Amino acid sequence: MGVTEAILLTVITAATPLLIAALGELVVEKAGVLNLGIEGMMAVGAACGFAAATLSGSSLVGVGAAVLAGLALSAVFALLVLGLATNQVASGLALTIMGLGLSGLIGAGFVGTNRDAIPPVYIPGLTDLPGVGRLLFGESPFVYVSLALALGILWFLGRSRAGLTLRSIGENHVSGHALGLPVLRVRLYAILFGGACAGLAGAYLSLVYTPFWSPGMTAGRGWIALALVVFASWKPLRVLFGAYLFGGATVLQLHLQAASIGFPSQALSAFPYVATILALVVMSVGERKATGAPGSLGAPFVPDR
Amino acid sequence: MRHLIKAAGAIAFAAALTGAASAQEKLKVGFIYVGPVGDFGYSYQHNQGRLAVEKALGDKVETTFLENVPEADAERPIEQLARSGHKLIFTTSFGFMEPTLKVAKKYPNVMFEHATGYKRDKNVATYSAKFHEGRYVQGVIAGKMTKTNTIGYVASFPIPEVVSGINAFMLGAQSVNPAVKVKIVWANTWFDPGKEADAAKALLDQGADIITQHTDSPAPLQQAEARGKLAFGQASDMIRFAPKATLTSIVDNWNDYYIARVKAVLDKTWKSEDTWGGFAANMVNMAPYTNMPDDVKKAAMDTQEAIKSGKLNPFKCPVFDQDGKEVPCKGQGALSDEQVLGMAFYVKGIDDKLPK
Amino acid sequence: MRLELVPRRDVPAAARILAPVAALVASILIGGVVIALMGRSPAAALDVYFIQPLTEGWALQEIAVKATPLLLIAIGLSFCFRANLWNIGAEGQFVMGALVGSILPLVTAGTDAGPWVLPAALLMGALGGLLYALIPALLRVAFGVSEILTSLMLVYVADLTLDYLVRGPWRDPKGFNFPQTVNFDAMLPYLAEGGRLHAGLLFGPIAVLVAWFVVQRTLFGFGVRVSGESPKAARFAGFNPDRLVVAAFCISGAMAGLAGIVEVTGQIGQLKPGISVGYGFTAITVAFLGRLHPVGMLFGALVVALTVIGGESAQIALKLPLDLTRTFQGILLMCVLAADALVSYRVRVVTTARA
Repeated sequence: MGVTEAILLTVITAATPLLIAALGELVVEKAGVLNLGIEGMMAVGAACGFAAATLSGSSLVGVGAAVLAGLALSAVFALLVLGLATNQVASGLALTIMGLGLSGLIGAGFVGTNRDAIPPVYIPGLTDLPGVGRLLFGESPFVYVSLALALGILWFLGRSRAGLTLRSIGENHVSGHALGLPVLRVRLYAILFGGACAGLAGAYLSLVYTPFWSPGMTAGRGWIALALVVFASWKPLRVLFGAYLFGGATVLQLHLQAASIGFPSQALSAFPYVATILALVVMSVGERKATGAPGSLGAPFVPDR
Repeated sequence: MRHLIKAAGAIAFAAALTGAASAQEKLKVGFIYVGPVGDFGYSYQHNQGRLAVEKALGDKVETTFLENVPEADAERPIEQLARSGHKLIFTTSFGFMEPTLKVAKKYPNVMFEHATGYKRDKNVATYSAKFHEGRYVQGVIAGKMTKTNTIGYVASFPIPEVVSGINAFMLGAQSVNPAVKVKIVWANTWFDPGKEADAAKALLDQGADIITQHTDSPAPLQQAEARGKLAFGQASDMIRFAPKATLTSIVDNWNDYYIARVKAVLDKTWKSEDTWGGFAANMVNMAPYTNMPDDVKKAAMDTQEAIKSGKLNPFKCPVFDQDGKEVPCKGQGALSDEQVLGMAFYVKGIDDKLPK
Repeated sequence: MRLELVPRRDVPAAARILAPVAALVASILIGGVVIALMGRSPAAALDVYFIQPLTEGWALQEIAVKATPLLLIAIGLSFCFRANLWNIGAEGQFVMGALVGSILPLVTAGTDAGPWVLPAALLMGALGGLLYALIPALLRVAFGVSEILTSLMLVYVADLTLDYLVRGPWRDPKGFNFPQTVNFDAMLPYLAEGGRLHAGLLFGPIAVLVAWFVVQRTLFGFGVRVSGESPKAARFAGFNPDRLVVAAFCISGAMAGLAGIVEVTGQIGQLKPGISVGYGFTAITVAFLGRLHPVGMLFGALVVALTVIGGESAQIALKLPLDLTRTFQGILLMCVLAADALVSYRVRVVTTARA
């Protein structure tokens, strides 16, 4: 395996959890809801995924449990922000606090437990191709799922009727409601989808990326995912680009350090964050238009009958 | 059901009140951890020490811990332990130094033990472990086992403990293999499994065939295992995470020290002093040597024995710094404790740069 | 079946005040059941978590100390949030404030520099936070770059800058090369001997009063409010939206920066890595708990501080795990938010589906 190939593989590994979580949040925000609870839902997903996989001996059960856990937590969030029209920002932050705590309680019994990672895909012949085999045909199943998600969401939002409904609700829930669109129901589905994605991203952390569980293993990835949605101006393919850019910058700085170029490690560690800001500035200068945030983002909706 | 809970609550509440009275004779011992006890690394090992105290001294003691205590906001939790009747308090990270001293002034009858710091007081003792002794042994193993002559080092933050660890590792490796090179990646975190894994991968991709780490999660070991390479575990025996890759782990062992200090308080012989123990004091241990040929195993054991008996000091003079200049030898035939405790230079052969 | 929210008219003030109390009761019930299921005593938990912290002088003082940075940051943030600006980087502005504010105390440490150092340090701290907040503000005004991303990313940059300085150039030369500066001499005085109440606490109530006055009684406050509710109306009324963006961020950054340097000169006494314990993020919760109202945020900060101190007591006295107290903190916050919503709306259960 060549060095370039190895580096690209690492980049993909680092980018995938960000991508999955950010795609989920993108759909939520497109529906006009801001959920800052990604970090918490990811943490619970990671804990539940690892616990279920270890207890059942099946990775698939683990993934399923992680998705359900993310779903359940996002349902609590939905109950608050949709059912009671509470403030979305505060509710999301409360969800993160609760999620980080819950993940610790769930995972406490699994500290120091080892488990084999979910193996990457292997297709005889194709995966063994020199140069690109591993890269294209030997990734973790999660990678293919994340790419499919990106394309699926692109199609859903851009081409499907339901996607159009979701977007118009996110853009202006008052007129959406006036047109008879089921604002709250669509938002509920969007929130649940976002929760499921966050749970899935958590499962990736504890079952593939670093196959064990430990408290705080999300290490702020939920926040990066949130930033990526903004970075992408709410466009699915640009989330993909952003996640790989961020993952790439992270891995690049580690390689620069290993090559001892004699730069302060703090400056190199700051590189992914600065690079993301600069990239967004460049893109914004090129476009010269508004950020593209959904019009009703973050505003609670209470239908007047 | 509700009545049941209420009744149970009332009984337990009453029990707690009466229990408080009888607990007066028990010595209350408090612990402050910087990380979660579930990190399976640094804080986990301190907590093992706490459990060992409970096991050894049974109902003579009652222990309490606070985990994940931020260093910048530690004064209140430490004081809360002192106020709630804890007579001996272990604050187990360097960053707790100033808050520990502040609280200690207010509570002269409470005894404090601060890990890895350098300021003491009448009721504040300090203790630390010579982890660099273990690193030296690792270096010897790595120097003999590497085929590419390149070793990857996943480091956390450039504090003296980490720097002296890197140096001891390098000196150990050079003692058996002068051609060896160490590549260092600063993860700038003690604990972020994903990032540690990526750092290990970057080092492996750049030709390292052995990974050693001074961060707390088993992620780097797992990466070495996945690539069929070798690695060392950190803080606790991590072999279960990488049965084929693990050469050995440095094991922090606070059990004996904690039991001894709690006993000293019970016997009223506790004094403020500084303890800095390594192999000889059993504060640093090596997990079983695995996945290596017998001659390497023997070399490792001999080195460990030599350090333990005092025949070998990892920082025996002369020590040369990165530029090849000899470091002044302030100890007896080796660098002094102060030089090691405040180490801020690299030895010859390391081509990373330390922040100045 | 579904739920329907019906806005209540004329909510009595008493109901608004009682809502958080109801929320406390609700979360105590939820927490009590969980604790009982774990085989511990809910009564003892209640005592340790709420009653002792609210009846003991020491704990009350600690609540005030903990609430101060949260309150200062939240008040600043409320200007951004009112104007619909998502500054989620107060954490970075806090760190930058602490860092810039520490320059003078650092260079004058060990000299007889006189009493001017402290006020100058506080000013520079506020200025440091302000300048750092200007980056996302200007990027937004000039290029339309979203402040959510820039402000958040700059948090990490601020943390790493601090890390670099305290490990490198600003390191205490006598500190065995540990990452920390020397201890500062220019410290905020204590309000009472032997306690931990420092003079920085006074900034809290002052900020509440000033913020209330600015929002309710000044043209600028009016502009911020209007631009949040309807940007078009604000433009009609002659407010320059760009200027409002910059002003809101400046206030927010300055307050976070002030909180940072108050924390350093009031409590910590030196710079070291990780001086912020997530205050900048927690303050977002505080701001919305208090509905962006200065007095509301004062109570919000006190509630959050109480949960931290109560949580620590519960870990000590009852040996409850940290994660349980954290989960409970999340539940409590949710209950407060829900109770607040129930004051504004009546929930109607609609059983027949409507077309």
